[in-house]
Amino acid sequence: MRTLLFLLQKEFKQIYRYKAMVRIIIGMPIMQLLLLPLAADYEIKNINLAVVDNDHSTYSQQLVSTIIGSGYFRLAEYNQSYKKSLKLIESDKADLILEIPEGFERNLVRENKDQVLVAVNAINGTKANIGASYLNNIIKNYNQSLRMKLVTSNQGNQAIAIDLVNSNWYNPEMDYKSFMVPGILALLVTIIGGFLAALNIVREKEIGTIEQINVTPVRKSYFILGKLIPFWVIGNVVFTIGLVLSWLVYGIVPAGNLLVLYSFIWVYLLAVLGLGLLISTYCETQQQAMFINFFFIMIFILLGGLFTSIDSMPGWAKIIARINPVSYIIDVFRMIILKGSGFKDILPHIGIISFMALLLNSWAIKNYRKTS
Amino acid sequence: MKEEVIITEGLTKKFGNFTAVDNITFTVNKGEIFGFLGANGAGKTTAMRMLCGLSKPTSGKATVAGIDVYSQAEKIKSNIGYMSQKFSLYEDLTVLENIKFFGGIYKLSDSRIKTKSEELVHRLSLEPQANKLVGSLPQGWKQKLAFSVAILHEPKIVFLDEPTGGVDPLARRQFWDLIYEAAGNGITIFITTHYMDEAEYCNRLSIMVDGRIEALDSPGALKQKYEAANMDEVFYRLARGAKRAE
Repeated sequence: MRTLLFLLQKEFKQIYRYKAMVRIIIGMPIMQLLLLPLAADYEIKNINLAVVDNDHSTYSQQLVSTIIGSGYFRLAEYNQSYKKSLKLIESDKADLILEIPEGFERNLVRENKDQVLVAVNAINGTKANIGASYLNNIIKNYNQSLRMKLVTSNQGNQAIAIDLVNSNWYNPEMDYKSFMVPGILALLVTIIGGFLAALNIVREKEIGTIEQINVTPVRKSYFILGKLIPFWVIGNVVFTIGLVLSWLVYGIVPAGNLLVLYSFIWVYLLAVLGLGLLISTYCETQQQAMFINFFFIMIFILLGGLFTSIDSMPGWAKIIARINPVSYIIDVFRMIILKGSGFKDILPHIGIISFMALLLNSWAIKNYRKTS
Repeated sequence: MKEEVIITEGLTKKFGNFTAVDNITFTVNKGEIFGFLGANGAGKTTAMRMLCGLSKPTSGKATVAGIDVYSQAEKIKSNIGYMSQKFSLYEDLTVLENIKFFGGIYKLSDSRIKTKSEELVHRLSLEPQANKLVGSLPQGWKQKLAFSVAILHEPKIVFLDEPTGGVDPLARRQFWDLIYEAAGNGITIFITTHYMDEAEYCNRLSIMVDGRIEALDSPGALKQKYEAANMDEVFYRLARGAKRAE
């Protein structure tokens, strides 16, 4: 036990003296939390729309101004032929074409129906598809309001419209920040945990000080703990800074209990630190450790369910998600921060992450060789 | 009666097809300064690492301080000190912090650490530097400090792997004063070096060529045997036969 205290004292002193490290630890979460949520945005804006209006009627103009008035679209061209608009799509100046046929107004009034054509540029699929669905919605609403008008003027002929109303539970305004901020916080904790400890051990290998340790009677488990604990503390500090920032800047206050949230972070940090330590026992240089870490963390983040939903991933990716610590932290953050889940609800998550932590750390201790 | 603190018999280390240390057999007596000479790549460091419990032998027998290197490598470690080619104290800790850390790792009591620190700093006249980072000290002082830290826990044997590399002649002399002092206190010194003048300071020398021990005796006896005026000549004569390129 006393040996461990000496190891910890040494480690904390070194971290404290490594000024660049201290700056990274404090600066990185602040920078990322302030800037990234502004840019990493699910909402799609500035969709370039080319309108081909063959009707030139009051109705067609009304429809176009409703669309532009929604704020999501930017008028790229107006009143060109369909062919010319297609050219715009080819040169990537437009994402969508809306073609209003000739006699649009007349047909709507007389026959009560008409069609508009929406052509989508599938190169930037997400943007165009979401744009198309926005457009559909706007046209549908416009259609609705038109019908209401016509119906009231016609009397008698009552058209019953069934309207679908969505309500998003736990995130009522569909505010992407409530998704992204906890997500970025989760990634931060993962990266800090994964990298710092791993690079630290490999650095000792590079400098050669680890050999001086290996020739002492210090126990392997103490040495690993001596590396694990300081970075575990740092992980907690970073997480706390992040939590305070997301409250101050974005007004995000966890709906659930803070202690529950922290209890998950405690085991989660042990797991990601364990992974970093394990990688470091296999690496000789900081470069190797860095790249192997990148390899795992990249996969973990992209398949972790922050950017894309795990439910819509192929089967093999879902299997990876089960052994991916990031998918658990994203899930738990959403449960606790947005939904207010309690300790009982996240117990399975804690169980799995604790198992991972135990496995990775004992593997790291086993694989750390004082004798080659 | 001579007490033998290192005994090896047919000690061998292979890395794949390459035999780094080839069947070496020798003994080192208590309190002796034992020089371990050889060209670069002759296998000195590998042999030393096996004796320190840092590297597992491929075959052969070896005991250090009466402890078997195979089964009880960890137990050896509390009985020895080690100073590697690379300077391996923590440069971002101060002199006193390094002493305290290694003292703690070797399980010295707090009061022992305190008295040892004072003694050591006084002995090396490091009082003004005691609270400075080790990284800021000149090379010669670093080496003396590293040696003093390596014998902090009063080990039975201390292994020194080219401890005076890159150190000026004056600092080397002072370093050897420390070695003699330690030997006088009953610590066995096992040292590798490339400096033939240092070889002359040793009680006995072994010269390794291509992983084997080609000669082992006192400096005087070796010079006589090879009819050489100094150790330089002895070394040339033996090392010239080496097949192994660096």
